[in-house]
Amino acid sequence: YKLVNLKVFPWFGLDIGGTLVKLVYFEPKDITAEEEEEEVENLKSIRKYLTSNVAYGSTGIRDVHLELKDLTLCGRKGNLHFIRFPTHDMPAFIQMGSEKHFSSLHTTLCATGGGAYKFEQDFRTMGDLQLCKLDELDCLIKGVLYIDSVGFNGRSECYYFENPTDAERCQKLPFNLENPYPLLLVNIGSGVSILAVYSKENYKRVTGTSLGGGTFFGLCCLLTGCSTFEEALEMASHGDSTKVDKLVRDIYGGDYERFGLPGWAVASSFGNMMSKEKRESVSKEDLARATLVTITNNIGSIARMCALNENINRVVFVGNFLRINTISMRLLAYALDYWSKGQLKALFLEHEGYFGAVGALLELLGSA
Amino acid sequence: MPMRPSKEWVAIKMAERGGRGSGGHGSLDKSITLPPDEIFRNLENAKRFAIDIGGSLTKLAYYSTVQHKVARVRSFDHSGKDIEHEPLYEISVQEEITARLHFIKFENTYIETCLDFIKDHLVNTETKVIKATGGGAYKFKDLIEKKLGLKVDKEDVMTCLIKGCNFVLKNIPHEVFAYQKDSDTEFRFQTNHPNIFPYLLVNIGSGVSIVKVETEDKFEWIGGSSIGGGTFWGLGALLTKTKKFDELLQLASKGQHTNVDMLVKDVYGGAYQTLGLSGNLIASSFGKSTTADKEFSKEDMAKSLLHMISNDIGQLACLYAKLHNLDKIYFGGFFIRGHPVTMRTITYSINFFSKGEVQALFLRHEGYLGAIGAFLKGAEQDNPNQYSWGENYAGSSGLMSTSPDVFPMQRTRSGTFDMFEMDRLERPLVNLPLLKDPSTYIPDTVDLTDDAMARKYWLTCFEEALDGVAKRAAASQPDSIDASERAEKFRQKYWNKLQTLRQQPFAYGTLTVRSLLDTREHCLNEFNFPDPYSKVKQKENGIALKCFQSVIESLDSLGWEERQFALVKGLLAGNVFDWGAKAVSDVLESEPQFGFEEAKSKLQERPWLEDSYSQWLERLKEGPPHKCALIFADNSGIDIILGVFPFVRELLSRGTEVILACNSGPALNDVTYSESLIVTERIAAMDPVIHRLDKGLAVLVRERETDLVIIEGMGRAIHTNYYAALKCESLKLAVIKNSWLADRLGGKIFSVIFKYEVPCK
Repeated sequence: YKLVNLKVFPWFGLDIGGTLVKLVYFEPKDITAEEEEEEVENLKSIRKYLTSNVAYGSTGIRDVHLELKDLTLCGRKGNLHFIRFPTHDMPAFIQMGSEKHFSSLHTTLCATGGGAYKFEQDFRTMGDLQLCKLDELDCLIKGVLYIDSVGFNGRSECYYFENPTDAERCQKLPFNLENPYPLLLVNIGSGVSILAVYSKENYKRVTGTSLGGGTFFGLCCLLTGCSTFEEALEMASHGDSTKVDKLVRDIYGGDYERFGLPGWAVASSFGNMMSKEKRESVSKEDLARATLVTITNNIGSIARMCALNENINRVVFVGNFLRINTISMRLLAYALDYWSKGQLKALFLEHEGYFGAVGALLELLGSA
Repeated sequence: MPMRPSKEWVAIKMAERGGRGSGGHGSLDKSITLPPDEIFRNLENAKRFAIDIGGSLTKLAYYSTVQHKVARVRSFDHSGKDIEHEPLYEISVQEEITARLHFIKFENTYIETCLDFIKDHLVNTETKVIKATGGGAYKFKDLIEKKLGLKVDKEDVMTCLIKGCNFVLKNIPHEVFAYQKDSDTEFRFQTNHPNIFPYLLVNIGSGVSIVKVETEDKFEWIGGSSIGGGTFWGLGALLTKTKKFDELLQLASKGQHTNVDMLVKDVYGGAYQTLGLSGNLIASSFGKSTTADKEFSKEDMAKSLLHMISNDIGQLACLYAKLHNLDKIYFGGFFIRGHPVTMRTITYSINFFSKGEVQALFLRHEGYLGAIGAFLKGAEQDNPNQYSWGENYAGSSGLMSTSPDVFPMQRTRSGTFDMFEMDRLERPLVNLPLLKDPSTYIPDTVDLTDDAMARKYWLTCFEEALDGVAKRAAASQPDSIDASERAEKFRQKYWNKLQTLRQQPFAYGTLTVRSLLDTREHCLNEFNFPDPYSKVKQKENGIALKCFQSVIESLDSLGWEERQFALVKGLLAGNVFDWGAKAVSDVLESEPQFGFEEAKSKLQERPWLEDSYSQWLERLKEGPPHKCALIFADNSGIDIILGVFPFVRELLSRGTEVILACNSGPALNDVTYSESLIVTERIAAMDPVIHRLDKGLAVLVRERETDLVIIEGMGRAIHTNYYAALKCESLKLAVIKNSWLADRLGGKIFSVIFKYEVPCK
């Protein structure tokens, strides 16, 4: 306990991914007057800067709705803040750390994700900071288990979609992940990693795919000229993928009974785009929607096969691809339920892409 | 002789009529007639049509009977005649009818013209129905019914595909190949496994179907993916504004995906090595194009798309293979068809995701599977599945004859025809029951697809011998007025085949000396030269028979040990008489007096190049007589009569039964089964030790408990079975009548191979 208490503020956890940097910051709310007295100026200034803003620079964003309040961490009470910014702004972030004399605070900066390696040198030379690099998957799993155990401000962190195959009756419901094992954890960032988790310490990376969030966004940029993930999703929400994709019924006129394939199933993603006339008749929104559906279904399909091979029936989807992306979540829930004949359940977590960063913070505190 | 790019039909000009965008079908320029003996062959007798119409190619199948000539020998009744001056037996050429399956592939543009052509040439009208499959079958239904007057009967695409797949897997040697990049020959053919089931068929059309095939009739669609060929084509067209599938592939083969994809090293920086990850792995496909400001090249985007799709398909295929515990995955569909680019990426993906445990396999006749299956569906009453069928090399175009990668010119000209023909085999081929391990038996010593030096040598060898064979063929039919014209056609055809094989050694599967010989026989038969050496053999058999008794007498005068050596030497000397070897045929042409004694003097002195004669002698001396010896004989004339028969006689007198095995059909001056019967009969008349048995070889071998196999001649003992391991004792002997091969084996011309092997206990 005493040792833990020695951890000096500020408490950060950093996850530097291919596209996004995720930062969690623990804001202590139980600072005594004595402590406040002793607190160095730049520490105070960092706390103020982070907690009084919801946006940082032109690209940093604090997900206020995700903030965890009155959390007790290592004997301290406080709020956990969730902040993200694009990885390409990493140099500016390090520059800011340098300007705010972060290194003088004598804290350790725990970081995970590929960028922990990529930017390690920059942290050292530009920011005079020694990064503590942490394993990405370790952090991810620790973060998931921790956040699920503390809950989401009294609500359930984990949820699922009931009646996913019925558009009318489909609804989001809390799920109790008290006995989580075994579970398949599908992390959809720029790419996708799939882990089979058997216990806190026992997990393995089953496989991964390069068709992930980066593919959706990258293809949308090329196909529609959009420039943000939000814009791409917004377009997708107004499009119709069946104009772009070739469905089973487009080929067979209805269901393909020989193989038990329903007419609505996609037979060929972008299959209609082989025809010049159809290429000319689709909208950007249709293309964005088709891209989203293609990538999502594919992830669902690979996840389902992994679940079958690993003999696991609960599949938890996380990662920032799912942020504000109800279309994909419902599609995943639907696809998993339909193609497994109800045997597999798709689960989701409210803090989508932040678990790696949370895990990094926990590592810092040594409490995990 | 000029080098020719490919088959005869390249020269056939096709001209497109009708506007391009108007959807009008192209038609043949009628001023240039399509020669029926080259494309839609044997249409007069054609029946049981089937058609498979895909997105861009049509595959037509039919069954026909082919009348061709066969050489027959018949013994004369010699009673009371002066046999000194009569030939030993009579040779006649007779007509025989055999069944042939024809498959032709052409672009959909030509469908109307082809249907017209078929209608014009179709004599037989008993056919009422045409089986149809493929996505385009519906679209062209009315056209087919109108043009051919046949009722179109639709068959399920996947059922046809599987049926066709089973058929080629069972009947075509070297049907299956693995793709190897960066190797001299990119195609690694697999030896047919006796049991083809179960397997996974991944068909990559516009989408992907994954089918598990368990038996001839049992298959199950176990999954699929919507990300397939249509995704590559559709998305590729959107991204690059390139309309054609082939052009997209061309773009992809020139691109750099690393400009578009986010790699592991892009995420991890330079430090990925510490993680045990390869920095070049793709972390996120199109992960670098997440910006509106940058331009990306068409080539790079196409390449990235190709990788994305191939990897995805490979990954899913591996997941399905794992779940269903299967290790054979065959890939097909238009995405794969003849495209080295996609075969390479799929192979890479399967290797990566299965960690080398599963091999991506491809099929030489993949494009024909649907047509074959539809045909089989329609021919169920003929039960083609109960027969064995063999690929006719003379009538088949070979792998990738229309591939843009091999013949870029040809493809752009458009309108090429690819053909595949199969002949019904007289009897099913089975493995010799004495083989130690039939599943690993490879009946070819040197793989010429792999061995470029050997390939060059042998192709040249066959080229140089060609004029002689053609001359011999013409001479074998002195009474036929068109013999020399046909001989020239044969020469031209085989020459073209050899040129094709120089460019595409993989065209008909693994290239071997055996397949070169088979191709020559197929070409000879094509032009009605069933047995060009029949006359030569007849003469030589007659001459040799006259010497038989004196050879026997001189052998009998020797002591036992001396005799054993003389017998072996006789066997080897006899084997010098081979018209297939240029060094020998030159001698035989120029020195008609060249005889048995001259041949003996040519032989290498002991120790021979491969010499286990002492062990053999020891075995004869010490061991009990063999129960039954199986001898594969080589040439007719001196070889069989003065070499093999005295040896046979010695074995018989030891109490060993002998089965003499000869070719069922003619090949150069090899002794055929029917000739051997006459020869045996004549020798039996002279020599009471010899009498005859006649039964199916495999049955006989088992019944008689064969414990010694003797394989004679370069073809059987060296080119094919040199490394074949048998369950019983074996003797492989041959004289190397070819200086290149002798050189390679470390000897000189007329070196002797005498390889006696005892299986290890």
